Amino acid sequence: MNSRIGHIAFNTFREAVRDRVLYNLIAFALLLSGAAILVGEISIDIERLVVVNLGLTAVSLFGVLIAIFIGIGLVSKEIDKRTLYTVLSRPVRRWEFVVGKFFGLTGTLVVNTFFMALGVFLALLYVAHKFEKMDLWVLGALYFIVLQFLIVCALALFFSSFSTPLMSAVFTFALFVIGNLAEDLRGFARITHGTEGWLASAIAYLVPNFSALNVVSQVAHGDSIPGRLIFYNTLYALLYSAMAIAAAVLIFQRRNLK
Amino acid sequence: MSATRRVNLVATFGLLLSMAGAMATLAAIDHQRQASVPQEALYLRSSKVLRRLSLGYTGLLADVYWTRAVQYFGTQHHNGSGDFRLLAPLLEVTTELDPRLLPAYQFGANFLAPQPPNGAGQPGAALSLMKYGIEHNPDQWRLYYNLGFLYYTELKDYAGAADAFARGAKLPVTNEFMPILAARMAQHAGEFDTARMLWFTTYQSSKEPQIRQNAVEHLLALQVDEEVTRLEQVVGQYRQRTGRLPIALTDLEHAGFIHGPQNDPKGHPYQLMPDGRIEVQHPPELYFITKGLPPGATPPQPPRAAPPAAKPDSK
Repeated sequence: MNSRIGHIAFNTFREAVRDRVLYNLIAFALLLSGAAILVGEISIDIERLVVVNLGLTAVSLFGVLIAIFIGIGLVSKEIDKRTLYTVLSRPVRRWEFVVGKFFGLTGTLVVNTFFMALGVFLALLYVAHKFEKMDLWVLGALYFIVLQFLIVCALALFFSSFSTPLMSAVFTFALFVIGNLAEDLRGFARITHGTEGWLASAIAYLVPNFSALNVVSQVAHGDSIPGRLIFYNTLYALLYSAMAIAAAVLIFQRRNLK
Repeated sequence: MSATRRVNLVATFGLLLSMAGAMATLAAIDHQRQASVPQEALYLRSSKVLRRLSLGYTGLLADVYWTRAVQYFGTQHHNGSGDFRLLAPLLEVTTELDPRLLPAYQFGANFLAPQPPNGAGQPGAALSLMKYGIEHNPDQWRLYYNLGFLYYTELKDYAGAADAFARGAKLPVTNEFMPILAARMAQHAGEFDTARMLWFTTYQSSKEPQIRQNAVEHLLALQVDEEVTRLEQVVGQYRQRTGRLPIALTDLEHAGFIHGPQNDPKGHPYQLMPDGRIEVQHPPELYFITKGLPPGATPPQPPRAAPPAAKPDSK
């Protein structure tokens, strides 16, 4: 990574960490992991399941919210504060600015995920009193969640490169919801024919497939994650993020900032 | 007093006053709601719709529905209500959202099958639930065991029980008692021994303290039932030999029918009644006993737990 991208990424990370909303969300995610223990108390025989399901769901949803709400402001905030002009007046190219912002935000989310994951594992230790071999797969699910964040960050950045923060948030969240229903969309594409079928297939392949990245229920039951799935999901998330970032760069390059 | 301080003071006073007012109002609302308790409702019965609404986080939603089923059963059981109409749909939604949630089958069938007040009195629904569970988890011996238990205790279907235990016994990972239970069911022999083996297997294979305690209570009840049956047989034999009923249990001892004091598992001596029946001294201490009770008495049940910790007569 060139040093200019590195500097932008580091500054984005520093700014995000200073953001109070970010801290609140982390605290809330940790609180939810704690609540998992209480839910386990009022139910029967599902303490571990609740900790894994609730903990990972909280990590995923709060991470996605953080990605959306910070991602949408990355470009517009810089324009509003007029700091973008200072940055671009230096020998920094527009694409470096976009890529740097992306790395900064994903770095922030990785750090957040680390702390939230720590909370989940502490809660697991609390309910089970020991770690088991199957808990290793929880790490796999967390890795998939980080891949999910890569895509959401890239999408938020893509929308924020041409739209207002509010609309960017709506678009990104809508794509997140649609992406979670991608399997249904494929099912619909399979049963339709002709132009409709072709259109449905195109949409099904174009929207991000978040359902393949969601293995929370499986790891909660102690199921392993096949190595091939890890490889394909990694490749898919990298390619999809690259696609969204490339589109963001293309738009941002042509954007009139005067 | 400066203007800022005055504002702070008024704001603090306002905050405390409104907080106290809100709490008092909430207490009044609670009181009002208690007076007209609305029927609990299950607004979404379609697991397909719920699956989509969950955005793929079906595991968490299944946990929520399972907890809701536990709380619903616990509350109705605690209130002594015989109305469990939402229980089966709640369990259906739970298991369709997460077909691998084993506790929902194991305990759910136990909530459904027994007659009120111990359960919902829906053995058919319990049977469907267990069969759905086995269909989706064919390698879990516990589910075959629970199915066999259900056939044996609630439906008195010995052939069904034998088949369930036999299928469970064939699994690569199973319990040592499964083939024995299958054979016993097939022969339909030794009621006490069979029941004892079932409850012992329950005790041995569960980690839940309340379920283990429940199994212990049933094992003690079986011991009482067996001892009372044996003592009453001995009384009959004494009568046959002497032509009269014994006056006390010591008469049986002097005649050589029994040896030593005859106490129940709680340490209290059994009582010989004038009509030759045997009774326990403190029936409320021995839950689930069916013998040794005064005429017309119903088997003592454990006290009803509060909803959050409510565990049924579970196995």
